[in-house]
Formats: sequence, C-alpha cells, structure tokens
Amino acid sequence: MIAVIDYGVGNLYSLSCSLHHIGADSIVTRTAETLRNADKIVLPGVGAFGDAADKLRALKLDTLVKEQAALGKPLLGVCLGMQLLFDKSYEYGEHEGLGLIPGHVLDMTPFVGDKKVPHMGWNSLDFRKPDDPLLKDIKQGDFVYFVHSFYAADCDDALVATADYGVAVAAVVRNGNVCGTQFHPEKSGETGLKILAAFAKGE
Amino acid sequence: MLTKRIIPCLDVKNGRVVKGVNFEGLRDVEDPVALAAFYNRSGADELVFYDITASFEGRPLFADVLSRVAAEVFIPLTVGGSINSLDDFDRVLKCGADKVSVNSGAIRNPKLIAEAAKRYGDQCVVLSMDLKRVNGSFHVFAKGGREDTGLDAVEWVKFGEQSGAGEVVVNSIDTDGVRGGFDLEMLAVIGDAVNLPLIASGGAGKPEDFVELFKLPRVDAGLAASIFHSHEADIKDLKRMLKNNGIPMRV
Repeated sequence: MIAVIDYGVGNLYSLSCSLHHIGADSIVTRTAETLRNADKIVLPGVGAFGDAADKLRALKLDTLVKEQAALGKPLLGVCLGMQLLFDKSYEYGEHEGLGLIPGHVLDMTPFVGDKKVPHMGWNSLDFRKPDDPLLKDIKQGDFVYFVHSFYAADCDDALVATADYGVAVAAVVRNGNVCGTQFHPEKSGETGLKILAAFAKGE
Repeated sequence: MLTKRIIPCLDVKNGRVVKGVNFEGLRDVEDPVALAAFYNRSGADELVFYDITASFEGRPLFADVLSRVAAEVFIPLTVGGSINSLDDFDRVLKCGADKVSVNSGAIRNPKLIAEAAKRYGDQCVVLSMDLKRVNGSFHVFAKGGREDTGLDAVEWVKFGEQSGAGEVVVNSIDTDGVRGGFDLEMLAVIGDAVNLPLIASGGAGKPEDFVELFKLPRVDAGLAASIFHSHEADIKDLKRMLKNNGIPMRV
C-alpha cells in the first residue's frame, strides 16, 4: 500500500488516479497510523514552500515523515514535495525543510539567463546515475513535464537526473530510500507513469 | 531541452465538445473523454477545456467530464470558462485540473489573479486574453469577445504578470476562425511585454502555420481546436514536421 500524504496542498486526485492506473494500491491520507502501516509514502505538493512546510508541521506530519524515512521506508517527493525533502528553501524568506536530502532550494531566475520563469513545459532528462531504480524503464532524453520557479541546488551527490534550463535543474534526486522528482510524473504521460511504476514496484 | 508545446482546445457545452467559429455558430464534434484520450495518444502536450455551458445547472456535468478525463489522461489539463471566484478555482482543481484559466472573471475582479496565485501558486493561474485591434492598439475584449473593455492589452498582461499569473494565452479575435495563420504581430507585442510562458491561440488553418508561429522566439505553445477536431492536422505528424524544421518537440 502506498500512502499519498494529504496535508491540504496539491492535486491529489491526479496523483491517485495515476497510481490506480498503473495498478498500485494507494490511499490518500493524513492519519499517522495509516502512514506508519504503508509500505511506501508519496509526499506531493504545489504552491509555496513556506505554506506547505507550515501545514506539514501543523499536522505533525514532518516528524512522522522523518521517522518513517529513518526506518528505511521508500519516500517519494513530487514537485514541491521534492523540494521539502531538502534542508532549507529561500522562497519568500528562509524556511526549514525536512532535511532528508542535503541541499537548498533557490529561485531559478538569476541562473537561467534570458529564459522564462516559471520553467514550464516538457524538458528532457539527462541521466547522472543511470542505474537508479526510478530510471530503469525510461531512457536518457525522455521528456517529462515541469512547472516550477525554484530549484534544488548544492545537491550534487543526490542528483540522479537533471534537465537543462540554462542551469542543470535537479530533476530526480535520491538519498538512500528518500527520492524525489521536481517534475510531475503523474502529468508526464507514459514516461511519468513508468517512473511511478518503478517506485511502486521497487524495493 | 525545453520543447514547444502543441495544445488542442476542447470547448465543452452540456458534456459535449463544440467548436465556435469567431465565437459563434457552434456545432457538435465528439465526446470529450474519448477526444482527450485520442489527443493524448497522438502526442498532445497539454489539453485545455473551456466550459462554455451558460447555466449553473451545467456545472456538475462539466465536473463529471473533467474527472473522467483526469482519470485516464496523464498530461497537464487546463480549465477555463466561468471562472469568477476562488470557489470556481477550487471546484475545477478538485476534478483534476492542473491550471485554471481566467478571462472575463479577472476583468470584472482583477484581484482574483493575485488571490488565486497566493492560494494555489503562480503555476496554477493562466491569464487568458481575447484581443482585437482597435484604433492601432490591442484591446482586451470580454464576454467571449463581444465587448470591448477599453483595456490596453499590454498594460493588462503586465498587470497579470505582476499579480502572479504563471502563464498567458493570447487569443486573437482578428484571426480566430479565419484559419489564415496565427496573429504574429499581436503575439510579438505581447511576448515582448512579459516574461511569462506564452500560448498562442486563434488562426491555425494548416500545419505550416505552426512553423511560422514558432519562429517567434517568445512563443512557447500553440493552441488550436478545429484544425485538430476536423483531423485536418494530425498532432503526431504535425510535431514530426515541426521537429524536422528545427523546432524542439516532444515526439
């Protein structure tokens, strides 16, 4: 059973539809017991980092996620959910993240030259660690759907795949059992479904 | 490499896809769920759904259509039409929309853009504009293109960007339905005014029109309806042709 955390942020309907579509057993929940009993956890999220981090804390889900990650449970953060896995974000101020992957979340604008922000649309993946289980059914250069204005920096050790947007955008990251995608796998067509299936079926 | 996007647009009325020519003369095309699935298989990069059901009673039917599309089509979905309040954002986001497009609702209540961006994030708010040439400048039109608001398009789009819109749709009333190509002059002006992703709409009549469109560096996506609904252009062939013309495409 995969638990998708409902903390009042994000499009959970599409995420749970896509998990259903690939045949994964999933539940949308904010209940501690359900999360503890789940085999895997997905942390979704859209919107602003500070608000999302506050909501997680208000529901005491931050400590629960950290506790479950420490037990070795596979955890996948999606979009803002991926950013929340890092130490800190500088989106409208300075906000503490979950600290599960070393790195910081920064505004892309100064780093992308004359490119538009948000980074919105389909971009191709450059594999850094081709053997990562999340990539096992997709190919270098496959396209996935991004929409974000902030990106994870100072996280070279965690980089599994990047996308070129003037700067190498952290697209897939991993630190042990904790992984994340900056793009939306549930909105990335067949490629995205394969990534979700790899997470759902992986160890 | 970020690709340019091809976006079919489905106008939905009473649960069916219809297409207006110059915003008038509707005719029934197909079932929205089947058509969305077809476009997804053909390689569409996103889908846009406009709810043009006039009555409040039609809303649940549209919600049902949207939910059924979101359950089987896993590409971004934008929803527009009758978006006048945060409750309307909430209503369509819960059914699986990823982005919400505001048009007349934002003209009536300009604060809606900022309020929605604050609650749902900039990426969620698409400012859609129906524009037409009036005395040498571009004016914003309301009520499906029937009413000149007197608003200057460049000022309006800049306001939208400052308020937190994450994307802009430019629909040229002058070229919509004429099928003689996109309004390149209008798109260049709006593209230079803001630094947001820009979607061009109105005027696609043949595949070559998209080649001309993407020569404009500030245009990120092309949106069209009838050229796709009539199968005059197949999305897969179109994207291959664009790629062969050096335009970055997901094929």
